[in-house]
Amino acid sequence: MRKFVLGAALALTLGAGTAFAAEAPKPPAQAWSFNGVFGTFDRAALRRGLQVYTEVCAACHSLGLVYYRHLQSIGFSEEEIKAVAREFEVEDGPNDDGEMFTRPAKPTDPFASPFPNDQAARAANAGAFPPDLSVMTKARKGGEDYLHAVLVGYRDEAPAGVEVMEGLFFNEYFPGHQIAMPPPLADDAVEYADGTKATVQQMSMDVTTFLAWAAEPTMEDRKRLGIKTLLFLLVLTAMLYALKRKVWSDVH
Amino acid sequence: MTSPTWNNPVVKWIEYRLPVFSFTQEHLIDYPTPKNLNYWWNFGSLAGITLTIMIVTGIVLAMHYTPHVDYAFESVERIMRDVNYGWLIRYVHMNGGSMFFAVVYIHIFRGLYYGSYKAPREMLWIIGIIILLTMMATAFLGYVLPWGQMSFWAATVITNMFSAFPLIGEPIVSWLWGGFSVDNPTLNRFFSLHYLLPFVIFGLVFVHLWALHVHHSNNPLGIDTKGPQDILPFHPYYTIKDLFGLGVFMLVFLGFVFFAPNFFVEPDNYIKANPMQTPTHIVPEWYLTPFYAILRAITFDIWFIPAKLIGVMAMFGSVLILVLVPWLDTSKVRSARYRPIYKQVYWFFVIDCIVLGWVGFNSPDAMFMGAVSFLRIGQVATAYYFLHLLVVMPVLGKLERPRSPPESISAAVTKETDTVTEAA
Repeated sequence: MRKFVLGAALALTLGAGTAFAAEAPKPPAQAWSFNGVFGTFDRAALRRGLQVYTEVCAACHSLGLVYYRHLQSIGFSEEEIKAVAREFEVEDGPNDDGEMFTRPAKPTDPFASPFPNDQAARAANAGAFPPDLSVMTKARKGGEDYLHAVLVGYRDEAPAGVEVMEGLFFNEYFPGHQIAMPPPLADDAVEYADGTKATVQQMSMDVTTFLAWAAEPTMEDRKRLGIKTLLFLLVLTAMLYALKRKVWSDVH
Repeated sequence: MTSPTWNNPVVKWIEYRLPVFSFTQEHLIDYPTPKNLNYWWNFGSLAGITLTIMIVTGIVLAMHYTPHVDYAFESVERIMRDVNYGWLIRYVHMNGGSMFFAVVYIHIFRGLYYGSYKAPREMLWIIGIIILLTMMATAFLGYVLPWGQMSFWAATVITNMFSAFPLIGEPIVSWLWGGFSVDNPTLNRFFSLHYLLPFVIFGLVFVHLWALHVHHSNNPLGIDTKGPQDILPFHPYYTIKDLFGLGVFMLVFLGFVFFAPNFFVEPDNYIKANPMQTPTHIVPEWYLTPFYAILRAITFDIWFIPAKLIGVMAMFGSVLILVLVPWLDTSKVRSARYRPIYKQVYWFFVIDCIVLGWVGFNSPDAMFMGAVSFLRIGQVATAYYFLHLLVVMPVLGKLERPRSPPESISAAVTKETDTVTEAA
């Protein structure tokens, strides 16, 4: 069995951006707005994060499980959603002439993918595949802390004695330290509509908040219902305990 | 107990043709239960309720799930995002699996401590072990359905185990796969079987209860009930006790569902299955890691038998051997309360099982505190697992001098009350 697994491991395509070799340090915990039992997504951070995603990440990474219409749940108006969608081109068809055509995306579309297929994505990125970001914060150990750590974890110079392969970049928090993604963020890479200063740190926190929402858009509903349910259960269980004592009081 | 009579003509008419009313009266209301059951006896009913929750949520999930390699992962995310309360149903089902095993493991260890498997309850125990095996199969099949990386590779690793058997091994694996690798036909049949097996479990639970209702529950003293002074009717005494237990259990269960829903999940399973890319280490869910540790503990051939085959047999054997426990335990005394030595080795066995589970999570080559490899720890723990069941239990039953259990349940209860009064 282990032989089989190893055999399959050989089939691992190089430069897939997941060269797990050395252990990476544990990403430091951040004070996310959505931490804890009562945590919710900071709406302003979500808007800024969406801007970072569309202007930076979306050049290579898809977000295929999220639909533009989902933005409604975090306070975007119908007009705003249409405006966000219009920025993306999607392929549609065939039309009555049997031709495929491109059109601006609509709220009912999923976030448009930057590449028509996986091969095109690899070809455009020197063989490395930029993964879909829809559930990224759930798909990595350390979740949002890890994502943020990687985004700000690039170092211009690899530490002495560490050889970085051609076309890869040194990243303190990426497992194996060699990542195929070039440093995606630089100060003032975007101009925030709300006037917030676009530092790498700020953009990273914002886009990670946005991706945490994208990974679980129902998180706020879950926590709200959870608090109500557990409070109810707590009272019910206490009453059941009292009743149990009452019923059993004549035994012994 | 006097058999009740009904005055309602409809009830009478039905009762005469199909005695459901007297059946309910006999088995759910008047059912004689030892009066001294402690809270460890709550876990049987909790297991039954969890099974029901799993079946109900599973049926709803199946309405929205697509068993196809191209859509399975996406359809699960669709349930999470677009189906009304889909996230809740899916998280309940997902965490329900872990809860089910937690409850059932406690239920089994309860039986092991109080000797609930001893005569005349051997059949009850054996059916229980068959339920455990069926649960394991069901859980494994279900884990494959979301078609994440762990789903795919767990399916690959587990089905490949069968290739260990000489001659018939390879054909069995192809037959299980429905092809030459884990692929769409595999996913389709796994979905079909995952839907089927819970109903098989349901049937087995019915037989389990049937056997239970012949000789009734064991109890912490491990002695037979002697008369009406030792027993209570199931309702209201145990219905209310079980309900209170259910409340506590639901607080824990829903605590996970609402506030740590991915606690038991490997992050890799949120990456869509990719046959070209093996995860760094493949681990099953926590409830199967002890058996995974046993499988991987065997790294040496014995004569002409290859290590892989011994590993597979040790793994299956570790569950199947439990069927023999009623005969491996040679002691006449049921409850560990009156067995001073067994009481201690019992906890050693519990720790051993936890160690196996912990080893199963780690790569065999990894070192614990830089001193000893997980492989070595797993080998020692595996050796003790079998040693405990095959040697310690039979020998201890013969050598140990048990204390004598009390005459009757009511005698013991009165004595306890006396002691309490004295202490006061």
